[in-house]
Amino acid sequence: MTDMRTPLGKVRGLGSAKDGTSHFWRQRLTAVANVFLISFFVVLVIALQGADYASFTEALKNPIISTLLLLVILVGCLHMKLGMQVIIEDYFHSEGRKLLLLIGNTFFASFIALASVVAVLKISFGG
Amino acid sequence: MANADLKANRPLSPHLQIYKPIMTMVMSILHRITGAALYFGTILMAFWLICAAAGPESYQFAMDVFGSFLGRLVLFGFTWALVHHMIGGLRHFIWDMGYGFELSAANWMARATIAGSVALTVILWIIGFIVA
Repeated sequence: MTDMRTPLGKVRGLGSAKDGTSHFWRQRLTAVANVFLISFFVVLVIALQGADYASFTEALKNPIISTLLLLVILVGCLHMKLGMQVIIEDYFHSEGRKLLLLIGNTFFASFIALASVVAVLKISFGG
Repeated sequence: MANADLKANRPLSPHLQIYKPIMTMVMSILHRITGAALYFGTILMAFWLICAAAGPESYQFAMDVFGSFLGRLVLFGFTWALVHHMIGGLRHFIWDMGYGFELSAANWMARATIAGSVALTVILWIIGFIVA
């Protein structure tokens, strides 16, 4: 089938979701970041295993550790939100249920991210 | 097609259950399954951090939960899902850059993904037990 749209029209229209390639790009961008961030997270968890409360909070008071941990949380939650969105869009075809799940997906990812961020900040600021 | 009888007994094209699972297929769905598992696994991460933020007693409670046999079993599965999803992601990067589409390469990478994820998970846990 011949594509009748002009290159400019394609750029302006950004496809049926009016979103262009931004979902794809964010998925890959967060994935690249996660290769490093999740590697850090795994090392951190191994280093902190069985740590008592004092040494755990002391570790999170280190600004480099808390900054990286906050990035793990935020980038990780954004990546998983984008990924779960694709799963929902693939398997749920009725508009109502799909919309409900997409909303729930955003709520869940936001809640996990913010609750974890608040917890890390509370510890690292010494609360 | 607007007036097609969708409820009639029409022939269906072959779907998943008709095919013998092959390595690339299994790795494809495992990437999605591990991704979904990690999605819900973040509840554990949030639980860990919130307990720590709540004080020493609740931190100790979280430590006891994760330190129990069931807790360790779940964390072992969590580790594998994390490592598998990451290696699967690296495989996707190779495809994104236009490489690895030959049948031999795709099959080789699929085998490397599962072998690598199992091996790396075991190695990480051995390191974990050594430094403990």
